[in-house]
Amino acid sequence: MEAAGEIDWHRGIFEVLRVRGFSLAAHVPDAGHAPLIRMCEASAEVDCVTLTTEEEGVGIVCGAWAGGRKGVLLMQSSGVGNCINALALPAICRIPFLTLVTMRGEWGEFIPWQIPMGQATPDVLRAMGMLVLRVERREEAAATVDAAAALAHNARQSVAVLLSQKMIGAKVFEEG
Amino acid sequence: MLRRRPSIAFLLEDRPPGLLAVSGLGSCTWDLCAIGDDARNFCFVGAMGQAAPFALGLALSQPERRVVLFTGDGELLMSLGVLATIATRAPRNLALVVLDNESYVETGAQPTATAGATDLAAIARGAGFPDVRSVTASSALPELRAALREAPGPLFAVLKVAVEDLPLTLPHSLDGVTAINRFRDAVLSRAG
Repeated sequence: MEAAGEIDWHRGIFEVLRVRGFSLAAHVPDAGHAPLIRMCEASAEVDCVTLTTEEEGVGIVCGAWAGGRKGVLLMQSSGVGNCINALALPAICRIPFLTLVTMRGEWGEFIPWQIPMGQATPDVLRAMGMLVLRVERREEAAATVDAAAALAHNARQSVAVLLSQKMIGAKVFEEG
Repeated sequence: MLRRRPSIAFLLEDRPPGLLAVSGLGSCTWDLCAIGDDARNFCFVGAMGQAAPFALGLALSQPERRVVLFTGDGELLMSLGVLATIATRAPRNLALVVLDNESYVETGAQPTATAGATDLAAIARGAGFPDVRSVTASSALPELRAALREAPGPLFAVLKVAVEDLPLTLPHSLDGVTAINRFRDAVLSRAG
């Protein structure tokens, strides 16, 4: 829970996407994205598509752009690996592609299984030709997503914003 | 057993101006190109498994148009989960036509799962598609052609087709930027 007066960075990201005309959010749910997903679901302006696996989101966002609509893929870092070959589609067609990735396996991670893909995430994205921006501080989240959306849709690039685990807060498991 | 190219050609005969077609890697892309180049087609030449998600995104962004995906059993088997995603979102303007030859023809005609125990129509039904059709004879094609244009979707049709050695017909450009720009311009510049 956020203390009163703390930055609501999920709301900031939602507002940026809304103002920039994004109307489709494809996601595999993640706790770090949950408030943003709730805002998308509650909005009449946003179509929310729940995926069975993250790579579907690549094709959906690209197909939506071909039809004149802006979409975003919301996923956790473990999903990035699922997307690798699918990312050939926005890469080779230079389709504006934006994904927001909540990071695991990098800051106080409790589950060791999250570490391999979390650590590989920026390298994997860059290996597929994506531009990678990173957010460490809540006050920079909205501005970074705004910059990423501009890069994606003005310059026709594939862009990922990595939302650091330090900012989101590592998942805490109570013992016993 | 149906023949693939005459079947697709029949389904697209007298094509309504607003009908958009997407084809999956690989035979279906060669088929669609062989039937005749059209700016309203987007033909995958890679990213196997992405044709159905792309068609879903397109259908959601163009709700007044009919979107028809032509893909093969091999390409669809790579992303079966998308059937659940499509059935859950249930766009009424989307149809999937699977040309099932029970083999990976591009790579030497190795058998796919549909050559054995797997039934794609049953999977689509289980995923929640409200309209699922299995077509094994050309006599059923007129009804399917009408359904692709008018019936509320999402529709899923499996056409059992023969393994054929057909000439390779490439899209007008293998360059992805050229292909998507032409397709997008055609989508956005045409009225209904």
